[in-house]
Amino acid sequence: MATSKRVPVRDPANDGSEKAKKPNARPFKRPLWELRLYVAGMTPTSIRAFENLKKLCEEHMHGAYKIQVVDLLERPTLARGDQIIAVPTLVRRLPTPVKKIIGDLSNTERVLVGLDLRPAGGWR
Amino acid sequence: MQKKKKRNAPDLSSLVLEKVPTGIRGLDQVTHGGFPKGRTALVCGGPGTGKTLLGLEFLVRGALLYNEPGVCVAMEETAQELVTNMASLGYDLPALIRSKKLAIDYVHIERKQIEETGEYDLEGLFIRLRAAIEQVKAKRVLLDTIELLFLGLKNDGIVRAELRRLFHWLKDAGVTAVVTAEMGDRTLTRYGLEEYVADCVLVLDHRVNEQISTRRLRVVKYRGSSHGTNEYPFLLDDQGISVVPITSAGLTHTASTERISSGVPSLDAMLGKKGFFRGSSVLITGTAGTGKSSFAAAFAGAACARGERALYFAYEESPSQILRNMSSVGQDLEKWIKRGLLRIHATRPTAAGLETHLATVYNEIQEFKPAVVIIDPITNLVAVGDLHSVKAMLTRLIDFLKLKHVTAMFTNLVFGSGVMEETAVGISSLMDTWVVLGDLDQGEAERMRTLNLLKSRGMSHDTRMHRFTLSDKGIEIHGNK
Repeated sequence: MATSKRVPVRDPANDGSEKAKKPNARPFKRPLWELRLYVAGMTPTSIRAFENLKKLCEEHMHGAYKIQVVDLLERPTLARGDQIIAVPTLVRRLPTPVKKIIGDLSNTERVLVGLDLRPAGGWR
Repeated sequence: MQKKKKRNAPDLSSLVLEKVPTGIRGLDQVTHGGFPKGRTALVCGGPGTGKTLLGLEFLVRGALLYNEPGVCVAMEETAQELVTNMASLGYDLPALIRSKKLAIDYVHIERKQIEETGEYDLEGLFIRLRAAIEQVKAKRVLLDTIELLFLGLKNDGIVRAELRRLFHWLKDAGVTAVVTAEMGDRTLTRYGLEEYVADCVLVLDHRVNEQISTRRLRVVKYRGSSHGTNEYPFLLDDQGISVVPITSAGLTHTASTERISSGVPSLDAMLGKKGFFRGSSVLITGTAGTGKSSFAAAFAGAACARGERALYFAYEESPSQILRNMSSVGQDLEKWIKRGLLRIHATRPTAAGLETHLATVYNEIQEFKPAVVIIDPITNLVAVGDLHSVKAMLTRLIDFLKLKHVTAMFTNLVFGSGVMEETAVGISSLMDTWVVLGDLDQGEAERMRTLNLLKSRGMSHDTRMHRFTLSDKGIEIHGNK
């Protein structure tokens, strides 16, 4: 089965708005998801992963996201920085903490749990 | 070399497995030449047995001695930790990294951070490894400990398939790789890596017996090659790993006819007027206070006076104590130390196990290259091992010394008089010359020191019992001309 740990429900939008209330925070700040998808060439798996991710972001992040696709075949040195060993790997760089989801992201529920958009175990 | 041989069609040497020397002291002898070239060797063992160090030393020595740069994929320790660990063994990893002879990629997998969904492969790891190999043009690779992939990732099936691909890929890349793995309960490694890497398997072991630890190494398997099959003791010291490749080397040494002085002219006179054979082994036994060490010191002094090097292993006294005591019997050993001809290595026998002592003796001899070795006394070594293992160790040591044409003198303390000690008899068969020292209580105020040359192979020698005296002029044996 999936993870055994329970992830507390966390709404990234709230995190962002809390920061926005601080005086020195940038005024335009909207809750922003910064995601990076590492792939190795345009394989069927990486294309599938990207499509799954795109769909999921549209549905759950309402445009407040940024996806960067890194092809390790072109930029192999970037693999070290984010400690990538498997591809595809989705890295949630923001909001912190950094999260990693590996695989083609075909299981939407699991991805949502991994991104802290859903508590572990899903909605019932 | 290789090309020349290829011209002769029937010569099989070009077909034989090529090897890459590890450069690790003693290991190349045990593996008959090193690790299989372009293949992967597996090093397994329990925690703290020295797997990582062996792997790293393979890289470092390769870079330093054979101009073969290396890549270390470290999954257990960070690059900084590895640098610190190797610094304690006298290796400067940052310098190697700067000169592009070594690349360390720390691969960290935190299972807690990772969610898995759907299909994936480990191409990311491959890409990193490839980049590192290209960066330094590596010929050697260390994967330490690749098994951690099983802990970090949930899908065992994918990990296994990818590992299989990795080892094939390494083979194609033509790099010689070392993989370390944790010892398993019933299998060699916990996750059965030996299924994938089966060309050369080494097992390291760290045993503690009666509070004394000994490290051992064994080549379990070496496809396409002969290898030493025994367990070999190895040392981890400030110069890295050294395996002691000596088992009983057999009786293949050539016997020298050269004679060298015992340092006591009157004893030389008893030994066919010439002294010991070079490369022979001499045993001096005696009860307490009969002057065994004095004979040993005289022998060492004579070697130094000839301009040869002498190595003195003291298991009872500190170097300064030996120097002081021997100056009282007319042996000024200090001047030889100053001239670099004499080295005294003093340790407590209980400081290490027999095998470790053997390894130390072996290393010191390799490094100092003495003509003469003194072990004073071997009795104390018996304290850390039983007679059987002491004899086994001495056999190996003596074979090694004979191959090197080193003349060795062993002293042995015996207790009581008359009855020969079991140890003395046990080891005497290994010795070429046996001198027995003793006391004769004459019922007077004075004790009389006696010397008896019990045996001396290959020469006619004096067999009578003699009286001898110790004075500031040295040792003098009376009653022989």
